[in-house]
Amino acid sequence: MNTPMNTPANTPLTPHDPASIPANPPQRALGLHRELDRVWRNAPGLRGQITAVSHTTLGLRFMVTAFLFFGIGGLLAMLIRAQLATPNGAFLDTALYNQIFTMHGSIMMFLFAIPMLEGLAMYLLPKMLGTRDLAFPRLSALGYWCYLLGGLILIAALLAGVAPGEGWFMYTPLSGKTYSPGINADVWLLGVTFVEISALSAAIELMVSILRLRAPGMKLTQMPLFAWYMLGTAAMMLAGFPPLILGSVLLEMERAFGWPFFDPERGGDPLLWQHLFWLFGHPEVYIIFLPAAGVLSTVIPVLCRTQIVGYGAIVAAILGMVFLSFGLWVHHMFAVGIPHLALAFFSAASMLVAVPTAVQIFAWIATLWRGRPELKLPMLYILGFFFTFVMGGLTGVMLAVVPFNWQAHDTAFVTAHLHYVLIGGFVFPMLAGVAWWMPLMSGRRRVRGLGEAAFWFILVGFHGTFFLMHLTGLMGMARRIPSYPENPEWTALNLSSSFFGFVMTIGFALFAIDLILQAGFGKRSVRNPWKAPSLDWAMALPPPNYNFASLPGPALQQAGAEAAMLALAKGEGLLPGAPRGRREILVTSVGTARPEHVAILPVNTGLPLLLALAISAFVLLMLAGLYTLAPLALIPVVTLIWIWARRAMAPLDATPIEVAPGLVLPVQPGDGGTLTRSGLVSLLFANGTFFASLLFGLAFISLVSPGPPRPLWPADRTVLLATGAVLALLAMAALGLPRALSHIETGRRAGAGLPVAFAANLLALALLLALGLGQLPDPTRHAADAVRAALVAYVGLHAAIATLFTAFALDQARRGELAPGRAGALRNAGLWQSYTLAAAAVTLAALWAQEAAS
Amino acid sequence: MALALMVFVLVALGFGRPRAITEGRWVFGMGVWFSLGVLSLILIAALWVGERILPHGPALEVRAHARQWAWSFSHPGAEGPVTSEGVLHIPAGRPVDVLITSTDVIHSFWVPQLGGKMDAIPGRENRLRLEAARPGTYEGLCAEFCGLEHAAMRFEVIAHDPAQWPPVSPEGPRP
Repeated sequence: MNTPMNTPANTPLTPHDPASIPANPPQRALGLHRELDRVWRNAPGLRGQITAVSHTTLGLRFMVTAFLFFGIGGLLAMLIRAQLATPNGAFLDTALYNQIFTMHGSIMMFLFAIPMLEGLAMYLLPKMLGTRDLAFPRLSALGYWCYLLGGLILIAALLAGVAPGEGWFMYTPLSGKTYSPGINADVWLLGVTFVEISALSAAIELMVSILRLRAPGMKLTQMPLFAWYMLGTAAMMLAGFPPLILGSVLLEMERAFGWPFFDPERGGDPLLWQHLFWLFGHPEVYIIFLPAAGVLSTVIPVLCRTQIVGYGAIVAAILGMVFLSFGLWVHHMFAVGIPHLALAFFSAASMLVAVPTAVQIFAWIATLWRGRPELKLPMLYILGFFFTFVMGGLTGVMLAVVPFNWQAHDTAFVTAHLHYVLIGGFVFPMLAGVAWWMPLMSGRRRVRGLGEAAFWFILVGFHGTFFLMHLTGLMGMARRIPSYPENPEWTALNLSSSFFGFVMTIGFALFAIDLILQAGFGKRSVRNPWKAPSLDWAMALPPPNYNFASLPGPALQQAGAEAAMLALAKGEGLLPGAPRGRREILVTSVGTARPEHVAILPVNTGLPLLLALAISAFVLLMLAGLYTLAPLALIPVVTLIWIWARRAMAPLDATPIEVAPGLVLPVQPGDGGTLTRSGLVSLLFANGTFFASLLFGLAFISLVSPGPPRPLWPADRTVLLATGAVLALLAMAALGLPRALSHIETGRRAGAGLPVAFAANLLALALLLALGLGQLPDPTRHAADAVRAALVAYVGLHAAIATLFTAFALDQARRGELAPGRAGALRNAGLWQSYTLAAAAVTLAALWAQEAAS
Repeated sequence: MALALMVFVLVALGFGRPRAITEGRWVFGMGVWFSLGVLSLILIAALWVGERILPHGPALEVRAHARQWAWSFSHPGAEGPVTSEGVLHIPAGRPVDVLITSTDVIHSFWVPQLGGKMDAIPGRENRLRLEAARPGTYEGLCAEFCGLEHAAMRFEVIAHDPAQWPPVSPEGPRP
């Protein structure tokens, strides 16, 4: 190795103006490749599949798995269409039919759409942003295993005939214990929540990666539009999934322990479920649409040989959608008896969200006008998108009109509308994206002709199926009915829909065959076959796990993929090779991507699979109704997380690294701005929306719900003293941790602050347990009691985690591992502690307000 | 329809020769102002229509009570309320408010020919204004998925000649 990397540790850190980073001397590309490949590649064979943490491997695996689930969901759709082809379909009985349409919706939403977009983003983003992996590779793997295991639980339930059959939005009280006594609904609640772990972890991962792993000098305002779209998506996932997870947890608590959150007889409210569900469910539509729009904004300009029109306006439109989509959820509830003023407001908001969509559509059309569009296969799917999505958008505006909504709500018209939006707005762009990036993923060229045939089958089949369903719906056919013996006038339309449904299936089968043929037998593709300018094409095909032999600085980013490819492979960019035998990437600042430090990523490990298996043990015990055994499964979960965190510690060799001539970066950031910290901040943001949703539940049940009055809870002096003591203890810990940190950072021992914080947390936890078990009214008595207990449990859980955080730091102090610049665990414990204290204080205030309001 | 056609034509025209375009005109002119204008028109129309079908003034009150998987109704008769199973009696030609309730899970009251739908939610009472222009029998159904026999949860609304209201027997004279 002729690398000039024998870095003198005492070289002064240069001011890192990204524009003036000089190039590294070129090396032999093959030598660099061998050196990097040895460090970054997956282990061989089956073990490699289990221990892989590479974003390339996991992104592909997410997408392949999502397509398999898409196939299963599609088969279920075919069963539905077979049943509806004739008025007296005797093909499925009603219970099975209900399970099938519930599973069709749930699989397509939770096991296809979300994982598909996660997979695409995980695969592409590091390549587009010019880095080697995502911020938390082990988290990618954990997310994948949770997704796979959760999905398998749902599919197993389907095969065993105990799949949920309450509709994919699981309205209470139908999904409550009284009306759904079997484990079917539990399968949905636990299985989907398990899968959502992967959505949350992907959201955190994408957020942190986009904000902090961009190549040096790639300002936020210059990054590829796809990254902007995924940034919006990740933010929406962080804010949108917590209400759903909260709703599922509350409903499962009602089903398992009788806490009556949604039971109108005991003060609960079925509408609370609808609010929580659609608070997630509407943003979900945009969570699905934004990545698809990101594919369009990436592919259209390249296929038109021009630049995208209106970059800034598109970014503004993305941000507008992110905010507006959270103001819309009530439009799924127009028929529940909402006050009319509120209806008018939500109707207006529903229409307003069409404006950012229109901005993007016209920007794409303007790009078509400015350039010279080429009718390649991805462009066909883009045209399919325009054709389908615009019609779906129009029926959407029709549905946003309240009087029309009252007429069409819950009919086949709505089914048709949502398929136009989802297939038009998500599936067509995704197919365009798959056709676009297939040469990158497989390194091979397409077999001619098959893809075009698949496109026409899908397009004709789709419109044949769903255009007719608008008419069926306007003729009054409701959703979710298995037979219609009294309405012979619907027969011809339904039969035609079923016929075209099978045409569409043939199309998707052809598409799958095309992919298999291309991946297996296609000719080797040249590099950058589309002549795209972005960095995702500036690499060998198929890409090696490390993506780039050296990371592109501003000059190479602007040179375009063609010109940058060779220079990057020869190590002329930053941080070339892997001379220290570690997986190294650059961490940059959020706004201007100023290089800050070098992060060392974890190597291949089986830990994510083990952790996912431990969590699945917990889920299965809950499903089996073994509620006393289930907490035992948390012991391996906690142990594995502990091991996970121990392995994440900073390397002992923290010598600063010269990433380019004259640019020396530390391995540990001095100000504590590690990737882990950014991840924790994202997690706390999601946690905060979870907490806010819970407070919303408290207010809703206390103020809005009809039903029996809330029994008074005269909080006596013991309770007041205990809660006051809990707050004081948490505050003591929150003060002790920064004190210990400042001791460490100034080179002293941690001192008394750390053990005091640990003891205070432990004591607060014990007090909360005693309070919850002994002093609070029975949570099964009334929904107000249940939601109060849930809040106390939330604080208790946070105190327990704070105890573990401090115990971990205490253990590190005992081993003498805490040193200046290496006290990340202590710093993050402090952050968690502050959040816990704030949550406890807000909880206390909310409970006091609840009592004062009565 | 016209809008969809416009977008299709614009996309098709995009496949011509490359030409210079003004970004502002497309993105703000078309994207923001044009779409805002169209949407405002629709919204105003919607609010106007919505306002017209809202309950205004007094109306005859009848009750609809849902359970898995049947409807019971009641209407005011000569001697107090008269209940009926699966058939709702209303007078034609005058506004009727249906007070909708449920015993068990969420159902939804819907008579497609008479107007919009309204959910029947346990623990709550919702109000829906209907008016049958002429006497006759109208089909109704449950429009919110409510379990196994959801599809069978049908009912009838019989609108009577106002001259013969209230009907003498619960069945009433079939018009």
